[in-house]
This record gives sequence, structure tokens and C-alpha cells, in this order.
Amino acid sequence: MNDMRRLERDVDTSDIKISAKGVQVYYGDNHAIKDVDVSIADKTVTAFIGPSGCGKSTFLRCINRMNDTIDVARVEGDIRIDGEDIYDKAVDPVQLRAKVGMVFQKPNPFPKSIYDNVAYGPKIHGLAQNKAGLDEIVEKSLRRAALWDEAKDRLNEPGTGLSGGQQQRLCIARAVATEPEILLMDEPCSALDPIATAQVEELIDELRQSYSVVIVTHSMQQAARVSQKTAFFHLGNLVEYGQTGDIFTNPQDPRTESYITGRIG
Amino acid sequence: MSSFWLFLIIVSLAVIGFFVGTSRAMSVASGDKRKLHSLPSYYGSNIAIFTIVPSFLLLVIWMLAQPLIVSSSVRSHIPADTIDPGSTIGLVMSDVQRLANGLDVAVSQGFMTEEDARSVQAGSSDIRARLGQAGVVLGSSVRPEVLQAAQEYRTMTSTGDMLRAIFVIGIALAGFAYAFRKTSVTFRARNTVEKTIYTLLLGAASIAILTTVGIVLSLIFTTGEFFSIQACLSEVDNYEQTHLAALRAADMNLQNCPLGNVALLDQMTSVTGETFSVTTGDYLSAFADFFFGTTWSPSFGGGSELGILPLLWGTFYISVIALLVAVPIGLFAAIYLSEYASSPVRAFAKPMLEVLAGIPTIVYGLFALLTVGPLLVSAFGDDGALGLNWMQGGTAVMTAGLVMGIMLIPFVSSLSDDIINAVPQAMRDGSLGLGATHSETIRQVVLPAALPGIVGAILLAASRAIGETMIVVLGAGAAARLSMNPFDAMTTVTAKIVSQLTGDADFSSPEALVAFALGMTLFVITLGLNVFALYIVRKYREQYE
Repeated sequence: MNDMRRLERDVDTSDIKISAKGVQVYYGDNHAIKDVDVSIADKTVTAFIGPSGCGKSTFLRCINRMNDTIDVARVEGDIRIDGEDIYDKAVDPVQLRAKVGMVFQKPNPFPKSIYDNVAYGPKIHGLAQNKAGLDEIVEKSLRRAALWDEAKDRLNEPGTGLSGGQQQRLCIARAVATEPEILLMDEPCSALDPIATAQVEELIDELRQSYSVVIVTHSMQQAARVSQKTAFFHLGNLVEYGQTGDIFTNPQDPRTESYITGRIG
Repeated sequence: MSSFWLFLIIVSLAVIGFFVGTSRAMSVASGDKRKLHSLPSYYGSNIAIFTIVPSFLLLVIWMLAQPLIVSSSVRSHIPADTIDPGSTIGLVMSDVQRLANGLDVAVSQGFMTEEDARSVQAGSSDIRARLGQAGVVLGSSVRPEVLQAAQEYRTMTSTGDMLRAIFVIGIALAGFAYAFRKTSVTFRARNTVEKTIYTLLLGAASIAILTTVGIVLSLIFTTGEFFSIQACLSEVDNYEQTHLAALRAADMNLQNCPLGNVALLDQMTSVTGETFSVTTGDYLSAFADFFFGTTWSPSFGGGSELGILPLLWGTFYISVIALLVAVPIGLFAAIYLSEYASSPVRAFAKPMLEVLAGIPTIVYGLFALLTVGPLLVSAFGDDGALGLNWMQGGTAVMTAGLVMGIMLIPFVSSLSDDIINAVPQAMRDGSLGLGATHSETIRQVVLPAALPGIVGAILLAASRAIGETMIVVLGAGAAARLSMNPFDAMTTVTAKIVSQLTGDADFSSPEALVAFALGMTLFVITLGLNVFALYIVRKYREQYE
């Protein structure tokens, strides 16, 4: 079975979408990310694994500059998307975030209708010419998030009334509605039950067709199931980065081996 | 023994009880705390509670009951034929009490011996002069039966006081002994103490509720009295009109409500042939006059028109202006403080804004009267800067409304700030993560999420605006009128309650009683607003928890 998976993983991963070099993040005096270098390929699912507090979420939030919203956070180093330095002064973090979508750990639908939740991004960025165009975007996004069939008859009901798994798929629909190039997912299944998790994982695999997906997860099984490449973080360092199959079957670093066999973490 | 000393004795008994109980507990456990069910201090507290609670209850009941019993007993000994025709037993009793107190003072200052006070006769010596020496002034010369009653009153009171001291201390000692005897290794002192604390807390909560009920009941009864007088007066009008000729012929002029005056009622029946009685229709017309009357002109001589509408209109108008000032400023301040201000700015600005809430409203009133009013007149008044001639004097709806709005700013901003802060950070992250700017996030996600709470805050502010008095008294004038011009002087329900009850008001006249009807109306309106606001705030809370 492992061989089959490796075959499946050998997709076209030559294009580098995100490249980070010498990234340091400080929260006040706390040095949260230490000198991380990583290149993330396009149309791939990349998983960040590691014990709690190892900096994987922090690094994820560097990619769309969400750390800017935290007063004490300071980011150093070089992060490029398609070769463009995203920490350059010329880059507007707001525009960047439209290009780099994000799904959070806890489903956080806005207290609006399902329709308005999905239409929120397109409305702000003026992606639709008219109401019909907006309808189309909403339908397309909900379909991509595998929520259309469940939600099409209740588009005007509040998004907060959906179940946990549906809410998380709504958040994914909301993120894909702005047509990002990269989708960041911060433990998207940690608040979901196994069935909802399976649905979201299936979705992630489909999203790979169009986006570069970076997912932070605590579950190594999930990383093994959904990702093609895996990065292991420990105490703010990027310990090991490679093909998912290699990381799980043949880890090079003793810390990675200890973590995936459950000895540290 | 005075109740103060009694109180001190009980308290010191309780303190002694605490230490005795603690050491007793240690001794029954032969010095090993672990053998006891509860900590030694619980046994001590238990004795203190048993000493203090029953004896205090007895003391309080006794202090309430004794004067009633004594005065009713003395009252029954006063012969009915000694009461003057113009006087009542109540007036005589107050004479008796005054005299008894006078004797007490004279004895305590040494102008009289206790023996003298008990045996002095009205005829044998001039008691009035002797009491005058002690600084006690009596209105008229003392009559023998009053003196006798006063002496009886004093004897009974002093006996009662002595009995009280004996019983109260007895109960305290009995409680002490009972709790002391119960102190044993297995006695659950902790549970008893906690039950007492529970009762104490329950008592505090019930007092709060009972007070509210008491206030509402007193409002309801006086309001009822007002409406029955008004209904009676409206029946008087009807009655006079139907039987004008007959009443004229008998030279009768009805002005006040004749109910309660049996002789007058009989006379009226015999003159007109119709019995005077107040009907439901009269009550309806009294209600209609009050709630739908458009004129407010109270005159204590009678013939007043007491319509609430001009007052409600003034209240409404001033509150609306106040909210128009307070809501935008308060809300924007809250948004700035909770979303944009850095923490040092917030730490400085929030307390500064809340200082506004600490200013007494009378000071705001002065500000309205001395600063805002003249300023507005200089702009909108005669020969004003704008040449509009809209404003006659400094006191106007606008003056009071502006100042009241300033008063409400911290109220709105503080509540809204808390509510905006309660919107989960995940909401903001979700919006920012989609590429929305900070201000788009606030406008489209944070404020809609916080809206029910903000509406609640505004409604609470509105109910404060409606109940505000001093700013209106000083800033809005006293004229009750229905006008659209915000630069006219108007007045509110609260300001009129003050003016109806201050001065030489006769509390049985409808002009004074109307204050209670106004108060009741205001209470119902603000209660409704508060309930509605709390309902909205509560509904909002359920969304995130």
C-alpha cells in the first residue's frame, strides 16, 4: 500500500510556490521561529507537524502576514511567493491575504447568512460584476467545498446554525471564494469528529488540483493521509522536510523518528 | 438598660463564645485537630452564632412590639370624655409621649428625682415650669389625666426595658450553653455555620427584592389614590351639571370630593334626590384625562388640568437629543478604544472617559445652566450670531439634551467597549484572513456581531436619559408644552415630580398625588426599556457560549 501511495505522490511538484529563507519570528523576547528555510511546491499539500508550541502555526501565519495583527510579533528573513518578497514595503498585506487564503483551527463563520459568509470576500474585492456573478461564485465555492448539496436550500440561514463539520467546510468555501493561489489551513480538523474530518480531508485532496495547500496538523495519520510533503518542526526549528512517505518511513533525524514513533511530543 | 448596651453585651458574649468554643473543641479532641469533624474555629463560630442570632431576633422583635403594646395599653386607660371635641385620641397620645420623654430628660439631667417623676401630681406643682428648667418645652399646661398617662407610659416602658434585657441576655446565654454542650468530636459544626451563611445571603437577596416590591406597592397605592380622587372630582363635575339648579337653590358649592363626609353626602342626596356615587365611567375619564390630556396646568386651588402628554413629549424629545449626541460619540469612542488604541492609550483614555460618569448630575446641570445655555443663546437666540431668533432663553430642550448626551457618553462607550471586546478574535482573524482591511472587518463583521449588545447598551442609556432629573430642572426650564422647536423650554416627567412635591404640598390633594402617578408611569416605561434591553443583551450572549 505504501508503494501505491508513493506512486500517487509523485505528481508534478517542480514549481516552487513559496520559498522561505532564514525566517526568524520573535514574540516580544520569545524567539518562536529559528532560522527556517523551506520551499513549498505548487499544487501540493504540504503538512507541518510537530509538538504543541513548536512554531508550526506561527510559521504558517507568516505566509499571509497574519502575524502583523499581533503587536509584539516581529518577523525577520525572506519569504517569497512566486519570487516576490511578501515582506517588501511595496506589498499590501491586505492584498496578500486575498491571494493567500486561510482556514482556522476552530470554524469561525461570521454571524451572517451562509450566502453572505461565502460572498464576503468577493464583495470586498469586487470579484463579481453583478448579483448573478456573485451567485455563481457562491455556488461554485460551495460546490468546491462539498457543501452545496447540504446548503443550497438554506443559503439565507445563519452560518452559525450549521454543524461543526459543515461550518468548517463553509469556512473553506469562504476562503476559496476569493480565488486564492495558496490555502493555509491551521489544524482545520481539530474541532471536528471523524466523519467531518474525513469529508474535509477528501476536500483538501481535491483542492490540491488548483492550489498549493499548507496544512498544520497534530495528527500524524492525517499528515500521512493528505500530504505529499511533510515538514517536522521542533522547538522553533525546522528539523526535517521531505516527501511524506520518506518522513514517515525513513526519517533522517533522530528527533523526527522519536516524534513519529511517539517518544517525544 | 439601653438597647445599645444590650447590643454590646450580646456581641461580647458572642466573642467570648467564639474563643470558648474553639478551646472547648480542642479539649474534647484532646488536642488533636484531626479527630474533630470540623476545624476548631467552626465550633467557636457555632457558639457565637447561637449566642447572637436568637437574642438579636428577640431584641429586634421586642423593640418593634413594645412601643405598640405600651401605647395601646396607655391609650385604653385614657377616659374618652377627657378628650376635647376638636382633638383626637392620637393627639392626646402624642402629648402623653412628649410629656413622658420630657420627664425622662428632666430626670437624666438631675432636675427631678426618679421618685418625683413617678409621683408628681399635676395640681401640686407646676410641672410645666419644672420641665422648662430642663429645656423641655410643653405647649400647654399639663392636664392631670395626661400626666397620669405619661407616668403610666414611663413605668410600663421601664418595666418593658428591664424585661427585655433579662430575656435577651437569657436567650443569649441559653444559646451559648446549648451550642457549648453540643460541641463534640462528631458534631458537624461546619455544616451548621455554612447553613447560617446561606441564610444570611438569602436574607440579603430577599431584602433587595422585598424593597423593590415595597416601593412598587407604595407607588401603586398612591397612584390608585390619585385616580380615585380624580374620578370622584370628575363625578362631582357631572353631578353639579345635572343638578345645577337644585344645588344653587340650596346654596351648595361642591369643590372637593365629598366622599368620606357623610353629613355632606346626606345633604346632597336630600337636595337633589340623587345619591352621589363614583362610577367606572368616571374612572375611565380620569384615566383618559391623565394619559391623553394635552394640558399640564396644576393649581392647588382646584381646577387643575393634569395631562401627562406634554411631560412625556418633553421627556421623549430631550432623551432623543441626548441619545443623538451620546450614541455616535460613545460608539465611535468605544470602537477606537477597543479596536485601534494601543494599550498605553487605552489604559489612559478609558479611565478618563469614565471620569465623566463620576460627575454628579447636578454639576452637569450647572454646566447646562451657566455654559451651554448662554452659548446656545448667543448662537440661536435674539441678536445671536446666526440671527435666527429661535431661542428665547438659555433653558431649552437643546441645552438639556446636549448636556445629558455628554453625561451618557461614558455609559454608551463603556458598555459598547465591553461588548465589542467580547466578539471573538477568531471572527476578526477570519475576516482579515480573507483580505479585508481593519475597518472593513469592524464595519462588516465586528459591529454586526456586537449589534444586539450595542442596542442593549443604547436602550439602557435611554432609560437613564428618561429618568434623569437634575439636568432637566436646571437646563430645560419648567414650562410644560407641546412644541416641535428644540430651542423652546420644555419639561419632563421627573422635573415635574420634583416641583409637585416640593414646597407646601398638601399630600392629599390631587396636585401632589399626581406625582406618584407620574412616577408610576415613568417606572413602567423604564422597566419596559430595561427588560427589553436585558432580553436583547442576553440573547446576544447565547451566540458565543
